[in-house]
This record gives sequence, C-alpha cells and structure tokens, in this order.
Amino acid sequence: MKYVDEFRDGSLAQGIARAIARAADTGRSYSFMEFCGGHTHAISRYGVADFLPPNVRMVHGPGCPVCVLPIGRIDLAIKLALEQGVILCSYGDPLRVPASNGLSLLKAKARGGDVRMVYSASDVLSIARNNPEREVVFFAIGFETTTPPTAMLIKQGTAEELSNLSVLCNHVLTPSAITHILQSPEVREYGTLPLDGFIGPSHVSTVIGSRPYEHFAEEYRKPVVISGFEPLDVMQSILMLIRQVNEGRAEVENEFSRAVTREGNRKAQALVAELFELRRTFEWRGLGEVPYSALKIRQEYAGFDAERRFDLHYVPVADNRACDCGAILRGVRKPVECKLFGTVCTPENPMGSCMVSSEGACAAHYTYGRFKDAEVVAA
Amino acid sequence: MSAIKSSYIRPLDIHKGRIDLSHGGGGRAMAQLIEELFFAAFANEYLAQGNDGAVLQIPSGAGRMVMTTDAHVVSPLFFPGGDIGCLSVHGTVNDLAVMGARPLWLAASFILEEGFPLADLQRIVASMASAARDAGVIIVTGDTKVVERGKGDGVFITTTGVGVVADGILLSGDRARPGDTILLSGTIGDHGMAIMSKRENLTFDAQIESDTAALHGLVADMLASGADIHVMRDPTRGGLATSLNEIARQSGVGMLLDEACIPLRPVVEAACEFLGFDPLYIANEGKLVAICAPGDAERLLAVMHTNPLGHESAIIGTIHSDPQHFVQMKTRFGGYRNVDWLSGEQLPRIC
Repeated sequence: MKYVDEFRDGSLAQGIARAIARAADTGRSYSFMEFCGGHTHAISRYGVADFLPPNVRMVHGPGCPVCVLPIGRIDLAIKLALEQGVILCSYGDPLRVPASNGLSLLKAKARGGDVRMVYSASDVLSIARNNPEREVVFFAIGFETTTPPTAMLIKQGTAEELSNLSVLCNHVLTPSAITHILQSPEVREYGTLPLDGFIGPSHVSTVIGSRPYEHFAEEYRKPVVISGFEPLDVMQSILMLIRQVNEGRAEVENEFSRAVTREGNRKAQALVAELFELRRTFEWRGLGEVPYSALKIRQEYAGFDAERRFDLHYVPVADNRACDCGAILRGVRKPVECKLFGTVCTPENPMGSCMVSSEGACAAHYTYGRFKDAEVVAA
Repeated sequence: MSAIKSSYIRPLDIHKGRIDLSHGGGGRAMAQLIEELFFAAFANEYLAQGNDGAVLQIPSGAGRMVMTTDAHVVSPLFFPGGDIGCLSVHGTVNDLAVMGARPLWLAASFILEEGFPLADLQRIVASMASAARDAGVIIVTGDTKVVERGKGDGVFITTTGVGVVADGILLSGDRARPGDTILLSGTIGDHGMAIMSKRENLTFDAQIESDTAALHGLVADMLASGADIHVMRDPTRGGLATSLNEIARQSGVGMLLDEACIPLRPVVEAACEFLGFDPLYIANEGKLVAICAPGDAERLLAVMHTNPLGHESAIIGTIHSDPQHFVQMKTRFGGYRNVDWLSGEQLPRIC
C-alpha cells in the first residue's frame, strides 16, 4: 500500500536497528516514554522492541484516550442511553469499556438503549437531522485530534439550529498529562522512574504543533521527538532521542515533519478555542484529578452541553485496589508486574484502564507480546 | 352438472408482492409460496414428494457421514460478490468439505420478516439454487416461518448439510503436530471487508468483492493428492487468527506464522488500515487453512495452485510445541507478535 509500506519496511528497520545499536552507549541505559497509545500499539503490533538493544527501554505512557476515560464518565453516557432514552452516539472503541453495575455501552445497547457507533462526528449530524423528535447525544472523547471534529459538530448544529443535538464532552489535553507525569514524585524526587525523553504524539501534534512541547524540553530537560505512528517512524525517533541524550541536548525535534509543523493547525486551534474552555480539573483514569487537563463547552453554546442539558452530575468510581494502572500509566511499573495482569484482568474482563483498549499498555502487551513472558520452547 | 368450479389461485405477484404473516400461517398462502417460489427453484424428487422430511439413500461404500449446520444472518443481504442465498449454501458446503466430506444434501430453513419483497426473496432463492447446483448438493427439505415486521432482518437462512467421508480420511482440529506446515488457500479478509464497505457505504477505487465460494472441489483435489493432511478449516467469522487459535488449542500446539507470506489484496489491506481493523480477524467465505506433514507441503501447495480457488495459496507458517498454545507471527516489519484470540467484537480504533 503506497505511503504506508514505505514506513513498514523490514530491511530499513534493520538498518535503523544497527544505527541504534551503534549510537546507544553500552555504559548506560535509556528509558523513553511513548506518550501515545498509537505508538504503544505500533511498537507491540510490529514488534519494534525486538529491534532495540537491551539497554534501550520503552515506557508506555497514558496517551490512550479510551484508557484514561474514567468509569464515572461512561456511567453518565449509559445513564443517558438507558434513563433518558436518547440516541447515544459513540466512536467504536469506548463501546466495550466496562462501567459500573456490570454495564458497558454495548451492554446498555443490549438492554434496549439506543447506542450507535459512528465513524466520525459528522455522522452524528445526519442522525440528529433524521431524528428530529429524539434527543441525540454525542459521547465525545479523545485528545486534541478528535476535538476539532466535535467543535465542527457543535458549530454545524448551531448553524442548522438542531435543537435535539448535544455533546457529552470528555476531551482531554496532552500537555497537561505530560506535565503531570513529569511532576509525579517518582520522576521528580525518588528517581524510581528514569525518564530520558519522550516520543511525542503524532496526530495530536498535527493539530497543536510542536511548540507546546518546547516548554517540557526546556523546563524539565527532557528531549522530545515528535514521531509518526508507523514503526519506522518510531525507530527513527528512538535513534534521534538517543543522539540527543548522548549529546546532552534537550530539544524538541520533529521526525513527523511530513504532517507536523511548529505552529500546528491554526484553524483547528481557533475553532476549539471558540467552542471550548478549560475545566479547572478533570479526573483521568489511572492518573486521578489533573488540573486544567480537559475541555468543556463554553457558556455561549450551553444548549449543546449534555451535562447542562440533562443536569448530569459526575460520580467518581474507584478502580480495583490491586490494579496497578496508575503506576503503569506513569511508567513506574510494567504490565506483567501487576498482580492482576493476565489472571483476573484480561481484555475480555478488564479490571483497569490499561487493559481496556488495544492501545493500552496492558492490552497491547497481552494481545501482542504475551508470548515473550513465557519460556521459549524449541520446536 | 357440477357446481364446483376448477380451483384457481392467482399466482404470486413476485414483482410487487411482499411477505405477510399468512405466508407462515400453514394455509394456502404458505403452500403457494413454497410451491411457486421454493420448489420451482430447488426442483428435485425429494421436495416433489411433499413430505415433512426426505428419505435419503446413503451411497454404497460411503463410509462415514458428516453433518453440520450454519445460520446466516448477514446484513446487507446483497453484497459485492454474492448474497445471503449463495452464502448459505457455501457456508455449509465448506463446513462439510473441510471435514473431508463430499457434500450431498442440504436442508434449508427460512425466517422471513413480514413486509419482505417477494422479488428479493426470489433473487435469494435463485442464488441458492444456482450455488447448490454448482456444488452438486440437493436441497432436500426445508421450512418457512414468518415473523412480524421489526422482529427479523429481512431474511435469516439456516442450512443443515449432510455429506459422506471416504474411509481413510481423517481430518480433525486436534491433529496438528509439531513440525507440520500451515497452508492457506488465498487472500484473507475479502468477505468481511466487502460487507463492511457496503454496510458503511464506503467506496474505494476498486470494489472489494466477497470471496464466497464452495470449496469442496479444492478439498477433493487436495485429498486426491495423497498428501498427509491433518487438519482443514475454513476461517470464516473471526478470520484466520481465530481459526488458528482454535486449532492450536484443540491440538495443544503453538504456531509461528510469517506475515509476509499471508496473501492479502491491497484494496482489502487499505480498507482495513482506513477503518483500523486487522485483516487477520476479518471473515472469509471461500478460503481454507490446511495443516499437513512437513514433507508433503510443497506437493500439496502445487496441487492447490492448479485449482482456481487455490491459485493464490501459500505456505504461511509452521506448528511447534508450546504449552501455552500461542499463535506467534513474524511481522512483515521483522519483529514478533502474538496473534491472540479476538476479544469481543473487532471495533474501529479512534487513533
């Protein structure tokens, strides 16, 4: 497939692997966090770790939008579907996430809730147009990548005066989550989480640009390389990070220059700023309350805000106490180190957020890398 | 002079008519539907007898019999490359074939939704009849039920098949042994993505067509080759990954696949990429996986290549011993990954 195969070329991977092996100083170790679930997925699915020397370790970050969505927010969506009788529209991957009372959006659907999977926010527009007598709510989730389409939905809904349309907004912000990790005690004080740099988000950065990361690189002395989601992108970015570390640099570099600029997509940024404002605080599954880390719909568009429209009140729901997701999302622990991993916690029955979506650190390891935990038996 | 007039029933209005509840009521309307639509298409001596069941003569020297059943609930009913009619024949014929059986007879049950156009039903039934003729199977008995509007999805078809297996042929999911070779008869994901692109109204430059086909001919060629085949399976719902995990568990073995060897059409790959699906988990309706003794693999592959339904066949991996029964894969990129059971339904990813 043109423009995709080029970035999945095994022989090029061998070449970069050799360059990484040459560049990596055997006298030290390197720990890099890939923030995005998309990178976690690519690393696991293509076996990128198999190309890295033992002293280069990848730490999975919290950038999986489905994983960090707290149970209480899904409960709100289920409540809308089951108690308010709305048409609840959602992207595909939140549908399976377990919520309170043994429910999920899929199970709510089986109980008679009108839950519909959409591929894009614009699908919601046509559903709202075609069902004028029904309330239609879009369960909006995701980082900066999926926020502009939600903004467009509200904008278009305003233009068409769609009085039956509203949005349950759960959009979250990447930079605040990275700051939160950098300020966590493990990184700042205890030194239990050696973080030498970040693989910066791919799609998120197409929207926000590379500039927002300059602050981390400078303030926390951590190099950032913005990387595409293809496996060769990831490997090239790892090489760039190693070189920065070796040379004592902490800069923002852009490997994904075919799509990301320093300024990002200004039109999308303006649209988001017009429709949304910062929440003072928002709960992230695994990370807890993170200040100024999420968006809500501005007062001027209050009619489209499902939380106001249906007078919804968020009730936090705690994860299983044995679940290590918090530590895994901050990169402090590995999935296999959690007592629940692969025993009671599996993709079929996830106990914590990291097992929920295929981009989560635990699910990615369970699905793609689990065989590496077992003793290899010769044929 | 008799006052009784010769009976006349107005023929079914195939062009404009629709299924109503009387077509499942057991009365004249049902009898008419069965005669004018089903019998006309499936015409054979068993149906003509008009009994509740078919009395079948087992061919002499047939050995053992294989029986299987499969319900078909596909939506949309008509899709590029086929429809629910031919699919309902191919699905059951293939389940018989991969057991090493020669398919002989089918029973077909229809659950029709009130309001369903007779013209569509006739198209479906004609497609079934044609698929059955091509596969050399006879639809010997059947049943029709009608459900109220909103309680069905147009048409559901359940087919049950019976076939015979010659002595000496023993294909079973628990017979894969370490060292064996895994073969695949062609490209993966065509059926599932054909359905998906129609369902979601996605249009690509090249249309994706379902691979729905009856595999008994290919299977017969493979069996006739004399190769020591241990397992055959048609990777339908859940795709190749699911079938291989089933076999690994049944046989208590592990597998190592080579992704670069798994045939995949570029348009299917692109559609999967676009929607965030993994083609390993996408349904096929005209492909089979075979596991054979290592020394026979090349010979078997050559035989498969000579059949039109197997001309893109490939050796895709090997069996090894693994107490965890993992299906592993060397990726095209060069790394290694698990090919795990699908958890739940495959849903599009957001990023």
